[in-house]
Amino acid sequence: MDTIKSTTRPAPSRLSKIRDKISGFFIMMYRVYAFILRFFKEVFVPPYEFKEVLRQCYEVGVRSFTLISLTGFIVGVIFTKQSRPSLTEFGATSWLPSLVSIAIMRALAPLVTALIAAGKVGSSIGAELGSMRVTEQIDAMEVSGTKPFKFLVCTRVIATTITIPILATYTAFIALLGGYLNVSQNEGTSYSAFMEQVFEPLTFIDFYASLIKSLVFGFTIGIVGCYQGYNSTKGTEGVGKAANGAVVTAMFIVFIEEVLIVQMAGWFR
Amino acid sequence: MKKQPSHIDKNNAVISIRNLKKSFADYDVLRGIDLDLYQGENLVVLGRSGTGKSVLIKLVSGLLKPDEGSIEVLGKDVTAISDRELQELRIRIGFSFQNSALYDSMTVRKNLEFPLVRNRKGITRSEINTSVETVLDAVGLSQTINQMPSELSGGQRKRIGIARTLILNPEIMLYDEPTAGLDPITCIEINELINEVQQRFHTSSIIITHDLTCAKMTGDRIAMLLDGQFQRTGTFEEVFDTDDSRVKPFYDYNFIE
Ligand SMILES: Nc1ncnc2c1ncn2[C@@H]1O[C@H](COP(=O)(O)OP(=O)(O)OP(=O)(O)O)[C@@H](O)[C@H]1O
Ligand SMILES: [Mg+2]
Repeated sequence: MDTIKSTTRPAPSRLSKIRDKISGFFIMMYRVYAFILRFFKEVFVPPYEFKEVLRQCYEVGVRSFTLISLTGFIVGVIFTKQSRPSLTEFGATSWLPSLVSIAIMRALAPLVTALIAAGKVGSSIGAELGSMRVTEQIDAMEVSGTKPFKFLVCTRVIATTITIPILATYTAFIALLGGYLNVSQNEGTSYSAFMEQVFEPLTFIDFYASLIKSLVFGFTIGIVGCYQGYNSTKGTEGVGKAANGAVVTAMFIVFIEEVLIVQMAGWFR
Repeated sequence: MKKQPSHIDKNNAVISIRNLKKSFADYDVLRGIDLDLYQGENLVVLGRSGTGKSVLIKLVSGLLKPDEGSIEVLGKDVTAISDRELQELRIRIGFSFQNSALYDSMTVRKNLEFPLVRNRKGITRSEINTSVETVLDAVGLSQTINQMPSELSGGQRKRIGIARTLILNPEIMLYDEPTAGLDPITCIEINELINEVQQRFHTSSIIITHDLTCAKMTGDRIAMLLDGQFQRTGTFEEVFDTDDSRVKPFYDYNFIE
């Protein structure tokens, strides 16, 4: 039984396990880098798969729409409600709309959208591509003359990059609506007065920074989900791992990017 | 059920493999393989689990890259051609996967259309429909056209998988364990389908299997993969006319006295 002998190895020691983990991390970093590079290499080469991109945009939007609407609204209401006592203490209740507006536009809307999309969209991309990999559907696509990277990965990454900024804008409006309802109920502020105060403190930098943030978040969620799914290893447990890995990694990177972009936006203020 | 005589052109090898080597990590799977597939021939590849049969046909279709050696398919060296050429070549090869690999987000119809829509620019709706109906009819599953893959049985999935590869009229068919996990009657149906494809579309095929009935029914020639090499090739009788302890159990298990 020579084949069996050649495939069993001695159990690794603890030290070599740690060494494997560390080198594994760097190998993964390199793979992710190569994956992103490959995306940019292939995305600009025709055919552009517009139809599939559009279909994926629709999927991304539909998958997260309900949850984003609900969460956006609740965030708006709660944030307004919770901020009121502190402002009242300083006799600055009239600043409430401005405060809510800054918080939502600068931070909450892009972040909440990205986190929800990471959970809903990222995981389903990971699971979908993961199961396609495991059941050899990606190989089948490749041998039937369609480039799977282009057809599956590029389209999804483009879709999340386009759709998540749109969703973030939508979240901002829903959250502001929540804020408005709360303010009008308590302070009786009129709609036009509220809106005036909402836009008053905002600068173009705020809009640009939020837009860039959402674009980056969208790209991250797409690329991470695709990476996890596309490279998932054999076996059904690989699919679960891909889905889970997509969410955890995407959220982690989104937080890092949030911090970095906020820092950078600060330089322009 | 006797196989009809095949028209094999022994002077024309559609696949020609020389000294092919492939290893994973520290396991040498293929250790210098030589193999020819002739025009019009059904070649059966036998071997134990894990001997690298699937790896072999994945190398042929360019899904894996060899460590050493050459694979010439339809006159082109798969190991040395550009991406574009490889893509064009692949359209001429049909690959039926071990577990069917149907796109499970698409209906049977969409599954069958996919290779056509993607590869034949300017094809009309009615041409697509005709092709889909033709191949579905060829595998005898016209009634499943609007079903999802998850609603099909294993045997039906296999046949739809074969239909999907037939739709581009391939010159070479690669079947990875077409009868694995199916009942005897379905096995016979699949074997007959393989022979029918050979007769009707004049394809040359590599059929990977453990199932000696399948080998006997479909194979014009048998090649046995042992220890990473084809150590026995020939007709069914020639291959099993031996006392080799690595070969005999195959026969004994399949045809218990
Ligand atoms: N992508 C891969 N990465 C690492 N090892 C692989 C890979 N593909 C196959 N192998 C290894 O190569 C060997 C041969 O695999 P292969 O799938 O070709 O077996 P097989 O002959 O088709 O067996 P079966 O009859 O069970 O399908 C196995 O030991 C497998 O672990
Ligand atoms: Mg196999």
